[in-house]
Amino acid sequence: MDRDPEGRRAFLRGAVVSGAAAMTTTLPATAAAQPAAGKAAASAPAAPGYVFLSPEEGAFIEAVVDHMIPADSLTAKGTDLGLHTYIDRALASGWGKGERLYRQGPWKQGTGNQGYQLPMTPSELYRAAIPAANAACVKAYGKTFDKITPEQREAFLVGMQQGKVTLENGPPVRTFFGMLYQNVMEGMFADPIYGGNRDKAGWKLVNFPGVIATNQQNIDKFRDRKMPTNPLGIADIS
Amino acid sequence: MAARKLKEVDAVIIGLGWTGGILAKELSEAGLKVVALERGKMTTTDADFQLQQVRDELRYVQRQEMMQDASRDTVTMRNTPKQDALPVRRLGSFLPGEAVGGSGLHWSGGTWRWSDNEFKVRSLYEQRYGAKFISSEMSDLRDWGITYAEMERYYDKFEYVAAVSGKAGNLKGKVQPGGNPFEGPRAREYPLPPLKSVLSSQLFAEAATKAGYHPFPRPAANASRAYTNPDGATFGGCQYCGFCQRFGCEANAKASPHITVVPAAMKSPNFELRTHSWVTQILKDPSAKRVTGVLYTNLLTGEELEQPASMVVLATFTMNNTHLMLLSGIGQPYDPATQTGVIGRNYCYETRTGANLFFEGRSFNRFISAGGTNWVIDDFNANWNFDRGPHGFVGGYIVSAGHNTNLPIGNRPVPGGTPAWGTAWKEALAKWSDSSMGITSSGGSMPHRYNYLDLDPTYKNAFNQPLLRMTFDFKENEHRMNAHAAQVVNELAKSLNATRMSSANGKPQSWTVVPYLSTHNGGGTPMGTDPKTSAVNPFLQSWDAHNLFVMGANVFPHNGAYQPTGLVGALAYRTADIIKSRYMKNPGPLVSA
Repeated sequence: MDRDPEGRRAFLRGAVVSGAAAMTTTLPATAAAQPAAGKAAASAPAAPGYVFLSPEEGAFIEAVVDHMIPADSLTAKGTDLGLHTYIDRALASGWGKGERLYRQGPWKQGTGNQGYQLPMTPSELYRAAIPAANAACVKAYGKTFDKITPEQREAFLVGMQQGKVTLENGPPVRTFFGMLYQNVMEGMFADPIYGGNRDKAGWKLVNFPGVIATNQQNIDKFRDRKMPTNPLGIADIS
Repeated sequence: MAARKLKEVDAVIIGLGWTGGILAKELSEAGLKVVALERGKMTTTDADFQLQQVRDELRYVQRQEMMQDASRDTVTMRNTPKQDALPVRRLGSFLPGEAVGGSGLHWSGGTWRWSDNEFKVRSLYEQRYGAKFISSEMSDLRDWGITYAEMERYYDKFEYVAAVSGKAGNLKGKVQPGGNPFEGPRAREYPLPPLKSVLSSQLFAEAATKAGYHPFPRPAANASRAYTNPDGATFGGCQYCGFCQRFGCEANAKASPHITVVPAAMKSPNFELRTHSWVTQILKDPSAKRVTGVLYTNLLTGEELEQPASMVVLATFTMNNTHLMLLSGIGQPYDPATQTGVIGRNYCYETRTGANLFFEGRSFNRFISAGGTNWVIDDFNANWNFDRGPHGFVGGYIVSAGHNTNLPIGNRPVPGGTPAWGTAWKEALAKWSDSSMGITSSGGSMPHRYNYLDLDPTYKNAFNQPLLRMTFDFKENEHRMNAHAAQVVNELAKSLNATRMSSANGKPQSWTVVPYLSTHNGGGTPMGTDPKTSAVNPFLQSWDAHNLFVMGANVFPHNGAYQPTGLVGALAYRTADIIKSRYMKNPGPLVSA
């Protein structure tokens, strides 16, 4: 286990060892037939096209994720990491449709301490907010968000973050921005099965080891020094 | 249509987490016919916590898969009685679980022995500081009616069932090196040695020792090696996977009801579990001080059923226990205007602050952790030599560090002033996120006249019943405690000479439902020796119905600094014991009012 602590074989052995002690740990039946860790890391691009986003919404989201996650020496750009796909799938999922959200009225704005109080599901919030954000962009810069310059995009996103942009006939801007930013982060760091974090680029950025984490030896071996990781996602060991 | 009435059983248990599981096992083994009604689904490690699926932060943390479904049932909240309470539409500040195992599936295992500092709180502070030290708005601060000495054997019982890993600090009155010197005397060691430390807990321990404090590894129900508990449940050794809090454990290293007390109960032919069973009311006999059973709905069919029972054990999460008491009209609801009534009284929460430190060039490997990799100091909590007099607060706080469950979506530490996106953000994240550690204080929360629970006048749950309304804010006592804690945290943090640091905030804070704070809610059906101010007696038996026993942290008259589960489990074992040894032979009030 010491020689390749982050590898698949180490994981399999670790699981067998702990399985002998635990009542119920089981191995995925197909694990042995899977390719080696290094080769499994290159994942195929998610299917193109949107389940939820309209063309206007798609262009807005693509511009947001490419601005927030630009291509540089650290990662590819947001759309190349599938962040737009992640957001599209999230909005089409149970979460986007209001799962686990208490949705009964009456509706009041509430104090800041009372949390989310809008009568909209996440997908409804995006649907209402994006045209309003684009309208605000047109008013400020003469063009929709996807058509403005990087400097204008930066100023506009900061304006939304700080509540200085108003979404006319739209929802509270900071509520929308908070959700958008959270979803970008989810797309960056959630398991690649959800459509983002392609090639585990987000995980590699922060040295996150992924789903394999039998660290009983690693905890001492890598004390005060960086543990090398080659992260595996759920699909790699399914 | 009237509910279909089932055959009477000896005991019905509402909710099957830690306390329900303990009572289910103990009572069915004692020969009682026991039925447990759980609103959630069955849980097994095989079906629910398989390796690749369970390591999914989005699913279990952000999407809250194992938590109570707020779309069906939530609470409303406000900070003061003058505000309109609004529903907590998405869970945030606290996260009750929903399934067999309850919140015991997603806890991180912190297991403590609460001391006489809590149980004798009023007498100790009055004796030392005089009655005026406790403000009139904290008049509900009182002794609990139990003692550490009485609880010792039940703490021991729970620790051995739950594979608690730790180091004794006081064996039979003799202080032990390496443990918590301020804990009460224990009869024997923990069942398992402490978990390994991580770099951040080590740095914290060094700084704390240098400052003259007494650091020790946090006792946690994470098995530090393979273990078989006294009931025959087997545990794997903790793998320090870093997916502890909010997650089920695929290695069966974290003690959870679904691998311990629940399967033990299910071995008894006297026990029957009904999942997907939502109890809407505890039925009472209006002419006698007893309950007669419960009304529930089978969520798989929609059918409403009545389950008559000679005894009812209320064993859901803290707020839901109080909610069901109010919905059932058992006990007088608390009214802050007159300070009369008991149900909803003494609701308390938790006081927290913390500092973040960044060490250029160091690697913490922060994704390697367990619930017990934290180290802690108890010098400002169980240490009665710590003089609260000059600081003017009741209670105390613990301080800890150790990277317990940090995952990349929710935990992205960068120094203050870093942009929130773009290349500069990515560079900072790559440089700093694994070079950072936190030091956190967790403090108690004392009862206050205007912190309470009652029924909401406006909002309803999926059964058209009023939601529970929570009126809560941090008050002067918490502000003072937090100011002191922030100072201690910041001094410890500064002594570590980090490259960058964001200090702990010691200013008064107001409670907000986002983000997450803690699931250590307490009070609502407080225990005590006076039925005018408490809902249950010290055996957790309802003053208003002798055959109703109320489990959970809702019986705490105030909240201490420690995580609650060790005491919640020990109290459940104690109630099981008294039911078996006294109540079954002679049903009636165990304490005369």
